[in-house]
Amino acid sequence: MLGYLTKRLIQMTIVLWVVSVIVFMMMSFTGDPVFMVVPIDATDAEIAQARRILGLDQSLLVQYVKFLTSIFEGDFGRSYVFRQPALELILQRMPATIEMVLVAMAFAVIVSIPLGVYAGAHPDSRISKTIMAGSLFGISLPGFWVGMMLIYLLAVQWGWFPSSGRGDTVEVFGLRLSLLTTDGWHHIILPAFTLSLATTAIILRITRAGMMEVGRQDYMKFARAKGVAPRDVLFRHGLKNSLIPVVTIFGLQIGDLIAFATITETIFSWPGMGKLLIDSIYRADRPVIVVYLMLVALIFVVINFLVDLLYTLIDPRITLK
Amino acid sequence: MSAGKQSLLEVRDLKTRFYTFAGVVNAVDGVSFTVGRGEILGLVGESGGGKSVIGFSILGLIDPPGKVDDGEILFDGTDLRRKSEKELQKIRGKDIAMVFQDPMTSLNPLQTVGEQIDEMLRLHSDLDARARRARCIEMLTDVGISEADKRLNNYPHQFSGGMRQRVVIAIAMIAGPLLIIADEPTTALDVTIQSQILKLMRRQVRERDASMILITHDLAVVSQMADEIVVLYCGKIVEKGPKQDLISKPAHPYTQGLLGSIPKLHGRQERLTQIPGTVPDVRNLPKGCNFRERCPFAQARCAEEEPEQISLGADRSVACHFPLEQELEP
Ligand SMILES: Nc1ncnc2c1ncn2[C@@H]1O[C@H](COP(=O)(O)OP(=O)(O)OP(=O)(O)O)[C@@H](O)[C@H]1O
Ligand code: SF4
Ligand SMILES: [Mg+2]
Repeated sequence: MLGYLTKRLIQMTIVLWVVSVIVFMMMSFTGDPVFMVVPIDATDAEIAQARRILGLDQSLLVQYVKFLTSIFEGDFGRSYVFRQPALELILQRMPATIEMVLVAMAFAVIVSIPLGVYAGAHPDSRISKTIMAGSLFGISLPGFWVGMMLIYLLAVQWGWFPSSGRGDTVEVFGLRLSLLTTDGWHHIILPAFTLSLATTAIILRITRAGMMEVGRQDYMKFARAKGVAPRDVLFRHGLKNSLIPVVTIFGLQIGDLIAFATITETIFSWPGMGKLLIDSIYRADRPVIVVYLMLVALIFVVINFLVDLLYTLIDPRITLK
Repeated sequence: MSAGKQSLLEVRDLKTRFYTFAGVVNAVDGVSFTVGRGEILGLVGESGGGKSVIGFSILGLIDPPGKVDDGEILFDGTDLRRKSEKELQKIRGKDIAMVFQDPMTSLNPLQTVGEQIDEMLRLHSDLDARARRARCIEMLTDVGISEADKRLNNYPHQFSGGMRQRVVIAIAMIAGPLLIIADEPTTALDVTIQSQILKLMRRQVRERDASMILITHDLAVVSQMADEIVVLYCGKIVEKGPKQDLISKPAHPYTQGLLGSIPKLHGRQERLTQIPGTVPDVRNLPKGCNFRERCPFAQARCAEEEPEQISLGADRSVACHFPLEQELEP
């Protein structure tokens, strides 16, 4: 276990380092951030001074080394635009995104697992075929379109839900949460549902494939021969045995949604970090982009680690090495 | 069934078919036999003969595209085919239990052995958790697993094949079934373990005065274990009768062929002849006797008429136009 953790930590450090290098190099090919901070009528001297203050007059290598050393001092740079520490800026927005993603994942799991189990257990039934056809829509309909249709119908036409924003929030340990207010829930449902569609469809299909595979196994028939009721055969014996790929995809999807909920956040004006990313790219706000992408990498590594732990909980034959 | 014994299971004219894309498979085609209380019946035949399908038909576990189309399965006097799925769930495991061929795959890899044995008691008894645990330990010890209380927390992959089959037998026995269907319970195991497991099963069955249907392709196994033997070929019974009688005086050429493939341990001749030829395609059976193309005694009539079951005395019958009469040398 200790060996595993050490290995995991080293792995994580390497991943983060590589991401920082790649992101840094890519940054130097995009627009010159100096023009984002100086006024339009700035003189050459003023531009040069701004460049010096931002440290952009030095070679890329020197910039990178400076960046790394300040990271070790706990300084992740300041946003050119907001003149605020980049990390702080992102962390402020993170709860909104995480909340939305968690609600979306909860939707996805609640819907996809039972339907997937059913469709896998009765692959030839008409209901299963309908479920599978429906899941194709979930995969192929673009999220922004679904989001806009939902806003148009449920918010604008019928007025059931608000069309944008986060609603009331409550501050808990310095985090602003909307899940503790009814108004917050009211606001989160549409964006979370939109965000959940593709994930629902993917997890459903994977669950179904797993259940079809597991359905052929002797222990499923043996469970029936023991007198176990069909539903318990599926959920108690079958589901757990098809869960490994489901958990894998679940982990990837959660990371993906947290990192790139951008489109949904933009459509619903959800004040999350995805919207911040888009704005920062637009304004060439390098420090924010760099920290953002490194944070995303960190999230992926951590989720990956949690998924590994889950594997061992699901299957006693898997050990952490 | 030997005379004087009460019958526990009576299968009458069972027909189970599979409606596949390639055609209809008459997997079990008009099979009738009786299992007496406390009796062990051996169901023998080559691969594809319909042995497993009979076992699953009895338990109502035939899945589409298969279907039990006809016949009666009288268990303790009532027809299982008329029972609802709910009623069958109460019978499965409690009154009729099954042991599968491959112990490596019949246990759920993600549940402890204890959970899997306990599931039977949760389903079929009113014992509380503590009593159930005690019962599980007792049962595991009974099938020859030492330190049973510790082993309950192990997972199947921590057991060897032979040990797993002991666990499966413990599961089958623990609810006190009247009938155990054992579908080739030892073929996946190596020879020394095979005989241990068979002895264990026989002891368990006899001690509880339960009955057993022992399915196997191996007449040698059946001749050690069974009281009665039913020989199947292409979904039909070709011969049945009490073990001793049937083995010493096989009346059907197919039975004789199977006997020829029993290695004789004591005799001088170590012959192990396979029956020449192969089982015909069940989707496309020939007219007349199904065994005709492999039968050394076939005559013109065999190609025309399908042989009916004819009685050879009290408990014996054979489906052959020209039953053999000579006694095999001992
Ligand atoms: N699910 C199924 N779909 C189609 N045909 C089937 C199915 N299950 C069994 N059969 C057919 O039914 C016939 C009898 O099969 P069964 O499994 O009972 O044979 P068996 O005597 O148990 O043979 P083995 O010794 O190989 O286990 C075979 O011809 C087989 O092809
Ligand atoms: S009926 Fe004819 S072919 Fe069939 S087993 Fe008897 S002798 Fe052989
Ligand atoms: Mg079989």
